[in-house]
Amino acid sequence: MPPHIHISVDRLRRRRQTTQPPASGGEGRACPECGTHFRAEELARNSRVCTSCDYHFPLSAHPRLDHLADDGTWTELWPELRPADPLRFVDLEPYPDRVERAERSGLREAIVIASMRIGGIACLAAVMDFGYLGGSMGAVVGEKLTRAADRAAERALPLIVVTASGGARMQEGVLALMQMAKTIVAVEELRAARVPLIVVLAHPTTGGVWASFASVGDVTYAEPRALIAFSGPRVIEQTTREKLPETFGRAEAQLAHGQVDAVVDRRELPDRLARVLGILRRPAEPEPGAAATWAREGRQRAARAAQALPALSKRLVGRGGPNGDAESTVHEGEDG
Amino acid sequence: MSDRRGFLGLRGGRAADEADEPDVWRVIQLARHQDRPYPLDYIERLMPEFEEIHGDRLFSDDPALVAGIGRYHDRPVAVIGHQKGRDTRERTARNFGMAGPEGYRKAMRLMDLADKLDMDLVTLIDTPGAYPGASAEERGQGGAIARSMQRMLRLTVPSVAVVIGEGSSGGALGIGVADRVVMLENTTYSVISPEGGAAILWRDAARSRDAAAAFRPTAASCYRWGIVDAVVPEPPEGAHHDYDEAARLLDGYLERTLRELRRQPPDQRRRLRRERFRRIGAYRGAPTEDGSAPAVGSGDGRSPGGE
Ligand SMILES: [Zn+2]
Repeated sequence: MPPHIHISVDRLRRRRQTTQPPASGGEGRACPECGTHFRAEELARNSRVCTSCDYHFPLSAHPRLDHLADDGTWTELWPELRPADPLRFVDLEPYPDRVERAERSGLREAIVIASMRIGGIACLAAVMDFGYLGGSMGAVVGEKLTRAADRAAERALPLIVVTASGGARMQEGVLALMQMAKTIVAVEELRAARVPLIVVLAHPTTGGVWASFASVGDVTYAEPRALIAFSGPRVIEQTTREKLPETFGRAEAQLAHGQVDAVVDRRELPDRLARVLGILRRPAEPEPGAAATWAREGRQRAARAAQALPALSKRLVGRGGPNGDAESTVHEGEDG
Repeated sequence: MSDRRGFLGLRGGRAADEADEPDVWRVIQLARHQDRPYPLDYIERLMPEFEEIHGDRLFSDDPALVAGIGRYHDRPVAVIGHQKGRDTRERTARNFGMAGPEGYRKAMRLMDLADKLDMDLVTLIDTPGAYPGASAEERGQGGAIARSMQRMLRLTVPSVAVVIGEGSSGGALGIGVADRVVMLENTTYSVISPEGGAAILWRDAARSRDAAAAFRPTAASCYRWGIVDAVVPEPPEGAHHDYDEAARLLDGYLERTLRELRRQPPDQRRRLRRERFRRIGAYRGAPTEDGSAPAVGSGDGRSPGGE
């Protein structure tokens, strides 16, 4: 079992043990909820969702991007960023050893940034991977997310974030904690640029990730049965001696408590995202001429109105003059 | 200890070396000492008048987090702080300083007020973490902390966050996103308590000393990592030995810093605040064989918001 990091994921960790994703997909596996056995290709074809009980198997970052992007085509950004070890941290083993082992599984960090199209609309996606040190947020996650937000703001591209994380990365100490604030700065940059932030909460989203960027999306979806919580069930049970129901913190409960906008089956997610991106699309993108047309019509109306006015009032209208053209800004969405 | 007088952070960046670092476990004990001054003890000494506000106007009041308006050096100021209890009964009533979503929402109410009436904001951090409870989760603990940080980033007035005891996890950072962040000499700032860290990383809560040594959550370390802008000295035996002197030392830093911050235009202050937090974090920029590449993230050098 990978030595996962965080507070709140004990239950999941137990489940995860039985559902280690196959590295290459050779073997099949059984659904931990209903026991139905699947061949790896079968599972992949169904977006890694159980066909008999709808259990959502963990989905790592790259297949997640394949699943979301039009034609499965996406371009990764800043894959070169890797963790440092500022605390020279050693628990049961040195932090760099954990990183090395995590990298051996083919992953670079707990988040992957990519440019892509969803439903034909250019966007950026930031997808977390629970398989890399429990999806924990260290400096690289904070930095990549910040760069993604900066680029999204700069190019007026919507940002889709898919979370799966146990929280802050303990091995980076208080520097990891501060990534919570850093990611909120990133969210504020998106606000300043009036760029949408769509959050998809996958299983699990807990700790410092839920208490930062994951909970401030403009529209927030959750995958069925995903655990979404600041403190995990075991921590709560130990601290408060409460006995929690199985449903505690699950997506459906969080929907009932008003913490997410909808619970969306993974198989419907790409269409759902495409729809919301379509709704939020700027007028400039589908019809570059629209703004110019509007401005021209506006001027014509103003001129007509001016003719009907007494001479003295005429100079008050039609200020724009012959050069008052409102240029419409067309954003080239595609990333290099 | 006595040579650590003066504002370490302000005196030409005297960054303590590791060798310099006081025994981590001792600092942790001091930071959590049951006789340590709490926010209301500082407020009482720094502000001749103080009016506490109560309630988040949505659900209830949270006694774990006090908020109010006070008179400070002849100006109105807004203050927020985690308040632990002094005796068993008060500790239970105040939930050991572990705030729930109502606490962070009350804090946001006060931030709105600070902006409206152009009051400086001071936050006093002292918490083992945000309250872990099912009811807190149902009422949006995560979102409350996130939005409180967001609200602080939008402030138009100057803000200073002071760690006065233990600053653990998101519960601490929820009121810590200020123009200046400082720690008192014998305090800690950490991603998790040593006990919590030991339980997770060592799978043995009894290994908390090992966890403490690994996290190094002391003021000296946090200063070196660029997490805090200054370290404010305490009385020789620690803040709990002399509340008046502890308050006087904090006052010296606070008054001067707020005055400095007020000289910046609000837009500039907000931009610098964002940049301060945006810079934090150490990482490597390119794959290397031996891992010897220098960190390109700026958290490796010193350079947060302070001059
Ligand atoms: Zn099933």
